[in-house]
Amino acid sequence: MNNTDIKQNELAQVELTETVGNIYANEAKMSIRDANVFYGNKENGGKQAIHNVSLDLAKNQVTALIGPSGCGKSTFLRCLNRMNDTIDICQVTGQFMLDNTDIYAQNLDPVLLRARVGMVFQKPNPFPKSIYDNVAYGARIHGLTNSKTELDEIVETSLQKAGLFNEVKDRLKDPGTGLSGGQQQRLCIARTIAVSPEVILMDEPASALDPIATAIIEELIDELKEKYTIAIVTHSMQQAARVSQHTAYFHMGKLVEMGKTEDIFTCPSHKLTENYITGRFG
Amino acid sequence: MTIQDNTNKPTGFTTKLHLDKHISRRFNEELEQVRTLVINMGMLVEQQVNDGLSAVLNADEKLAAKVIERDQKVNTMELEIDEYCTQILARRQPAASDLRLLVSVIKSITDLERMGDEAVKFGKNAIKLAKGNFAEEEGARPLVELKHLGKHVSDTLRTALTAYAQMDVETALEIIRNDNIVDEEFDNISRLLVTKMMESPREIKNALRVTWCARALERIGDHTTNLCEYIVYLVEGKDVRHATIEQIKATMKN
Repeated sequence: MNNTDIKQNELAQVELTETVGNIYANEAKMSIRDANVFYGNKENGGKQAIHNVSLDLAKNQVTALIGPSGCGKSTFLRCLNRMNDTIDICQVTGQFMLDNTDIYAQNLDPVLLRARVGMVFQKPNPFPKSIYDNVAYGARIHGLTNSKTELDEIVETSLQKAGLFNEVKDRLKDPGTGLSGGQQQRLCIARTIAVSPEVILMDEPASALDPIATAIIEELIDELKEKYTIAIVTHSMQQAARVSQHTAYFHMGKLVEMGKTEDIFTCPSHKLTENYITGRFG
Repeated sequence: MTIQDNTNKPTGFTTKLHLDKHISRRFNEELEQVRTLVINMGMLVEQQVNDGLSAVLNADEKLAAKVIERDQKVNTMELEIDEYCTQILARRQPAASDLRLLVSVIKSITDLERMGDEAVKFGKNAIKLAKGNFAEEEGARPLVELKHLGKHVSDTLRTALTAYAQMDVETALEIIRNDNIVDEEFDNISRLLVTKMMESPREIKNALRVTWCARALERIGDHTTNLCEYIVYLVEGKDVRHATIEQIKATMKN
């Protein structure tokens, strides 16, 4: 039996009951209560990916979601701007509040929601358009502006906030796909910012980048939190420790522990959290 | 980083924090190795303290010289363990209990090294006292008291080191609680020696030397208390430095 086998077996034996730590924020931008996600019908052998997860995303702070592969952290993140709507067999239950709005309300347009709750993915995915059009795209379809000057301004400030403007100001007409990986990722962040979101969700935004580009993105996250509420899924524990103020540890679809990042990384309360962040298996 | 043989672990060596449960076996070995090194350093320092004390009490110049010479080894061990910890911090970026282990080790070895320095003071004073024939006549009574204090400090140090090896918080707290015993005994000896000095001024020099030895013991007691505080931090993640016993009790309940 190799180490990985032991890991799976021994971890499975630890019973998960309630989340330990503190899921509440003093000033919550988003509040999620009893979230459950199913893939397929339970009766027909479907799988439950998220079990009764409740947590708050603190306003203007960074919350990191960590946990082993398949623990449900990305699935959970995707619930926050209804990205799971696009998967037919996926059913989401529970209460998801953005300020005082229920984001799963019948009369709420998911497209408008996604303008308020933006998302940045693991792999930079610029549109096959110019740098300018990539950033202007969201503003155009949401009709945020009528004039060219206003649009220019939105593009410039968004690129500036994403820390990319100085690198690309002379080639805004060049294709976005021609940028380096780190620049493409910042372009995607600029595109997200351009529609003035309130929350930014990041799904492993730096895992395809080199350490320098990663450091730039992390620095950017730190600046962005002044204006936006951020939730970030990351496999890098050091990254979670560096950028976040709150950390939530997921394990097998359950929220095991949530707390201040400073506590989670020096003295976690739950054995499973401890095992995960220290690289232990049992 | 060289991994030394771990087979000769000191007795009572436990891994309550599951230091042997990392996915990386190499990391397990490195942490075990750090702990073994610290405990070995602790044992050496304990021997230094005992030998130094014995040199003073028995006016043993030879033993005193040996203690002074052996301090070099204590210093080398401090540097070695420091370097080892730095390497682990740089390469593994440890978190939670692993991080606490390394932080507590880095702090502990400073205290151990200082205890070593105090033992050297015994050595130096022992040589001078032996030359002054203090033990035979005037100094009999203070030396008995010093022996008494020395036994207490040395026993406490041994208990603390065992607690360190076993990550035994209860014992550590007990030692922190009893720290004032050493202070009281130190006051007693000081009083006795002051009387001695007033009675026979020509013995002032030697009486002062004994005072310094008692003072060294008192410092060793303080360093031992520090060690115990690091044990609490390592196991419980609670910083109990500069706290009263009541405050410590309150934090432990949380």
